[in-house]
Amino acid sequence: MRTPTPALPDAPLTRHLLLAVLGLVVVVLVLQGASDFRRFQLAEMAYLGIAAGGLTVLTGLNGQVSLGHGALMAVGAYTAALLLPDLDASVPLPLVLLAAAVAALVVGAVVGVAAARLHGPYLAGATLALAVAVPGIALYFKETLGGEQGLPVVLPDIPGWVLDAAYFLTGQDLTRSGYVALVGWLTLVVTYVLLANLSRSRVGRRWRAVRDDEVAAQLAGIDLGRARVSAFVVSAAAAGAAGAVLALSVRLAAPSSFTLNLSLTLLAAVVLGGLGSLTGALAGAALLTFLPQVATGLGTDAGLSDIQAAELAPLVYGLVMVGVVLVAPAGLAGSLRLLVVRRRTRAALSTTSKGTAT
Amino acid sequence: MQQLLNTALVGLTLGMVYAAFALALVLVWRSTRVVNFAQAPMAMVTTFVALVVIESGASWWLGLVAALVSGLVLGAVLERAVVRPVQGGAQINAVILTLGLFIVLHALAAVVFGNRYRSFPAPFGIRGLEIGDRTVALTPTGVFTIVAVLVTMALLVALFRFTDLGLRMRAAAFNQEVARLLGVRVGRMLTLGWALASLVGSLAGVLIASGSLVHPGFMDSVVVFGFVAAVLGGLDSPIGSVVGGLVLGLSLSFVSGYVASQLVPLAALLILVLVLLVRPGGLFSTTTARQV
Repeated sequence: MRTPTPALPDAPLTRHLLLAVLGLVVVVLVLQGASDFRRFQLAEMAYLGIAAGGLTVLTGLNGQVSLGHGALMAVGAYTAALLLPDLDASVPLPLVLLAAAVAALVVGAVVGVAAARLHGPYLAGATLALAVAVPGIALYFKETLGGEQGLPVVLPDIPGWVLDAAYFLTGQDLTRSGYVALVGWLTLVVTYVLLANLSRSRVGRRWRAVRDDEVAAQLAGIDLGRARVSAFVVSAAAAGAAGAVLALSVRLAAPSSFTLNLSLTLLAAVVLGGLGSLTGALAGAALLTFLPQVATGLGTDAGLSDIQAAELAPLVYGLVMVGVVLVAPAGLAGSLRLLVVRRRTRAALSTTSKGTAT
Repeated sequence: MQQLLNTALVGLTLGMVYAAFALALVLVWRSTRVVNFAQAPMAMVTTFVALVVIESGASWWLGLVAALVSGLVLGAVLERAVVRPVQGGAQINAVILTLGLFIVLHALAAVVFGNRYRSFPAPFGIRGLEIGDRTVALTPTGVFTIVAVLVTMALLVALFRFTDLGLRMRAAAFNQEVARLLGVRVGRMLTLGWALASLVGSLAGVLIASGSLVHPGFMDSVVVFGFVAAVLGGLDSPIGSVVGGLVLGLSLSFVSGYVASQLVPLAALLILVLVLLVRPGGLFSTTTARQV
């Protein structure tokens, strides 16, 4: 039996770090060549990707459905807005992102503890209530949270060394939209490295064990509640960081950004990409970012009004979501992987059967 | 005193609608073990059908009939075409499927019926009744809502208790294998269960819309409150869902009247979490202990 030489090192940590560095290089190159509008879109893809990555860990690895991740993003966004009220705010961005993640983590822990006793439809319902409840809080505390108008988010000046480094690396000045996109993608890469390592670790194996068979997991000495809460908390932290990136990108934290629709859209991204695969989550986020423009364009060409055409994108991913569950429950990434595995097995089988025949 | 009475009356009327909606969720859960998150947009679509009928010059009652019939058909079609294939599979697939339907129906309604608010007529007056020299917050339409939901519940109880069809439906929901062995066409019963649930949901939709505004998202909060009501009752118990609906309607009305209307969804979340922490299976659940 000959073992193929792996293209990448086998140890997960080294491999993930290597991929991360590679990814960052690609990101910098792409951002350098993009227009300001594209940079805005790429920042959008980054925050959808971060939140979808967190939700992938929860839904794909641990088997819990959350419809409240939009609300957790709102927690992150409002945290960022409170920390960055004006240009004099001296909280450095990494700290803002961290604070947003921690705030969402705390909310996630509270919900997660309640959710740990629930599963399946009960959890989905509880998180659904969370998604609907959170915008109401922002409306109620008008003075601190800005009510319907929301809170403005002031992007701090780009530090001099970042400007210098960007110029040195790419030969171009870094615009503000480029900076936001860069921060978003850096956050994405860091989040994905952490999530990927976590999912390959003992914790990740526990999550999967709980998803696959509760009774067997319990027999193996796994605390079901603790595994569920930890998955929820990790996923919530990712959503919080995503919310902060969103706030930086649109310069506003307002209740209208965090509707039930956002939560459902995130779930759509996770399902479309394939449950349980971070690559799939990123692909889903890309689809959510770029599909609406295409679909709306096609709709207005076909003679629909702007408002009607804007609904075509959700129609498409709703339909694809239903289709994926019916036809390819493993999602896009998972189905591709299945196809490859099946072909390999078939090839292996045919060679062995030939071997016995001769 | 006046405000207390009015808040309670508003809560009672709302509670009846939540109860009807929760009942629809429980009907689906009992027969197919699926929580139908698409119930709200399904009801929204049939309410729009009623609005189109009414706006074309027909009476409110004809609109109601149109909504109920289209609800019946929509429920049966969705069960047959979309839900049946994922039956018996991983539960997460069913949850995701109904959420996909949620998005699809929403977008479809916005494309077909438009995204703006439209007013929906009421069958009776929407001014408070006068008792003595005081006006209370119970409108004739509100009275009709309560009566309509009560009658529907009585009919459902009669169907399940006293008819052969109801017995077969209960058998199919209770144990598919045994029911099949006894000659029950389980598939048909499940389709019928979905259709009936969708009909009850449609009724709730029209009742909520009457004398108010409709919009593709107008039922979204109702699915949350209906779900909370159903969970309060334990998802398995029709009586529990009715009690849960009334309790929730009253408590939310008090939150809205005495605290702030923006915090109503938060109150629903708190009630849900508190109940689930004390009784994870709901107030009316018959728990089957399982020890590992």
